[in-house]
Amino acid sequence: MPTTASAAPAHGLADVTASDSTLRRFLHGLPGVDTVGLEARAASLGTRSIKTTAKAYALDLAISMVDLTTLEGADTPGKVRALGAKAVRPDPTDRTAPSTAAVCVYPDMVPAAKEAVAGSGVKVASVATAFPAGRASLAVKLADVREAVAAGADEVDMVIDRGAFLAGHYMKVYDEITAVREACGTSARLKVIFETGELSTYDNIRRASWLGMLAGADFIKTSTGKVAVNATPANTLLMLEAVRDFRAQTGVQVGVKPAGGIRTAKDAIKFLVLVNETAGGDWLDNHWFRFGASSLLNDLLMQRQKLATGRYSGPDYVTVD
Amino acid sequence: MAPASAFEYAPAPESRSVVDIAASYGLFIDGEFTEAAEGKVFKTLSPSTEEVLSEVAEAGEADVDRAVRAARKAFEKWSALPGSERAKYLFRIARIIQERSRELAVLETLDNGKPIKETRDADLPLVAAHFFYYAGWADKLDHAGYGANPRPLGVAGQVIPWNFPLLMLAWKIAPALATGNTVVLKPAETTPLSALFFADICRQAGLPRGVVNILTGDGRTGAALIAHPDVNKVAFTGSTAVGKQIARTVAGTRKKLTLELGGKGANIVFDDAPIDQAVEGIVSGIFFNQGQVCCAGSRLLVQESIHDELLDSLKRRLTTLRLGDPLDKNTDIGAINSAEQLARITALADQGEAEGAERWSPACELPSSGYWFAPTLFTNVTQAHTVARDEIFGPVLSVLTFRTPDEAVAKANNTPYGLSAGIWTEKGSRILAVANKLRAGVIWSNTFNKFDPTSPFGGYKESGFGREGGRHGLEAYLDV
Repeated sequence: MPTTASAAPAHGLADVTASDSTLRRFLHGLPGVDTVGLEARAASLGTRSIKTTAKAYALDLAISMVDLTTLEGADTPGKVRALGAKAVRPDPTDRTAPSTAAVCVYPDMVPAAKEAVAGSGVKVASVATAFPAGRASLAVKLADVREAVAAGADEVDMVIDRGAFLAGHYMKVYDEITAVREACGTSARLKVIFETGELSTYDNIRRASWLGMLAGADFIKTSTGKVAVNATPANTLLMLEAVRDFRAQTGVQVGVKPAGGIRTAKDAIKFLVLVNETAGGDWLDNHWFRFGASSLLNDLLMQRQKLATGRYSGPDYVTVD
Repeated sequence: MAPASAFEYAPAPESRSVVDIAASYGLFIDGEFTEAAEGKVFKTLSPSTEEVLSEVAEAGEADVDRAVRAARKAFEKWSALPGSERAKYLFRIARIIQERSRELAVLETLDNGKPIKETRDADLPLVAAHFFYYAGWADKLDHAGYGANPRPLGVAGQVIPWNFPLLMLAWKIAPALATGNTVVLKPAETTPLSALFFADICRQAGLPRGVVNILTGDGRTGAALIAHPDVNKVAFTGSTAVGKQIARTVAGTRKKLTLELGGKGANIVFDDAPIDQAVEGIVSGIFFNQGQVCCAGSRLLVQESIHDELLDSLKRRLTTLRLGDPLDKNTDIGAINSAEQLARITALADQGEAEGAERWSPACELPSSGYWFAPTLFTNVTQAHTVARDEIFGPVLSVLTFRTPDEAVAKANNTPYGLSAGIWTEKGSRILAVANKLRAGVIWSNTFNKFDPTSPFGGYKESGFGREGGRHGLEAYLDV
């Protein structure tokens, strides 16, 4: 299993990124997305009825895929330590509950997070690149990334320059991603955040997905969680189609991370159904699929307790961070 | 890395206890359930298990006569009611259908074999919507475009098929009652139960006796109903062969006739189509209700340049279809309605193979009892293949290719049928240009098998004549 994509991916699509115009032609030549059809498909997969053993499997899988996230101006090392402890051992009353995939923090909190999860296998992800707006010079963004990586971040979540993307400057976005990819080195996996709510159309989301993958993203991620519309079943379905098609064409597998707005176990299970029936079982693993969430974990734990005991316990039976 | 099969969905069966099926049912004539005059009965099976669900009466000529007389008698008062009064009954029926929708969905799935997902999410909402829609027309007939105070025809004899038993009943009964006609309806012999439950709903709604009569039976019952001299209007949905017989029977009488018959819909995918959504549309076009849909998109016409890519996507998608217990909420493909229909599908698919078309089905385990047919694709099909010409009425898709829009249109129109077609392209002007040249009653663009009570439905050529649904659907029940 490759841990990171190589900085200059050898996927046979190198010609595409030869110039702004070849890149534009390629991205605009991707099949269109029919809004009504895409949303109808996402909704129909949302009606799958997941019960008993399948539900137990899905809850544990979802827990293991959570990037437990705190991205607040008020974050403190203490808060991050608490978050790390929770990521390692989400349910103190039930040691069979799996750890989450990672904790996700701002770059300056990476040392605290590393310490909190040391030796557990839980990864530390950091939102670098002038998150969430991304409105800084490339030099500043790269410095942000290097700082996070130097502090030991296993994963870097970068935001793309949506302004450049919407203005059609695809090469600029591509160059930024490859520069960040390089700054991540071989030790950190790169998640590229498109802020799908700001890209506004599904066609744009598909183009951004391919652009990110061409530039060497290890993960493509919906959003920062800081805008009105974040992860939705439809935009995640679309990105799952993109990674599926990208692997079919290039042999390179890329992960997907919906982030923001996924709060309930029920919703999380719907996303797992999307993964299962779109990209397939190869993505049902926290190496290839993540949930960017903060409050989701507690609902997953409460549902898990309910399956185990037959009773719904309530929010005082899980920890607040 | 998780194996591809790690996320197995546990069974999620809908409860059968919400529906109470009696051991036997009589005929519904003049507001009462009564035995057939000759005392004949037949059994109705659950196609997914072959379990006997109930025994229903087989109506003979005497019963048909009794039902038509009851309808004639009821017609005087029913047609004289103000439209707003008839609307009240129809609204009441629509609301009762909504209230009992779970029960009716389970019943329909048991009797027909289609997945609960479809009866719950497609059939029942549409059934209620049709009654609501035509209830709305009942007091507005003066404004329907047929002149002031258009008159009803009288007694409508209606014969419906087994693929959408309750929905076809709604398509027939709702406009007939809204316009002031009374009804004698014969459901298909393999799916009589939901019509009998509907009879109970008519009683629950307090509908005057004789306005709706339900006669169960086979083709002979239907033939007697259509031939009855006191029937003023005949409406039939079913096979083209039977439709032709009916046309012969009715010819030369004063009966008004509408026929909604078979089809071999072309689903045309251009190279600039939204591929992922087109794949979904192809799936719902031919695998919805196991392909037992008269307007199914059973001929896929793909632009040659994207043939391989599209077929790869389609095959991958078909491997995710879930076939099995129709009462399981996760089932996508249910049982074929009857042994007879399964035999027909099997024979035609075998013929396709014998004629040299390339057959493909996803790996899929068929249950050991009941009537099942795996989703099937035929590639390398030409216009000369039987599978490209005959209506199979099952989950079998024939894939053909074309190079230019003109060729697509020529191939799409090269069929004795003309019920439905689909066009997939991101180019709006092409949708309009192609749709104008297609000879089909319903043309969907970038979608397929979508129904709505406000939209007229019907065919060209051997797919029949007359329209159901929408304002146009009123005409068939009015003397205009």
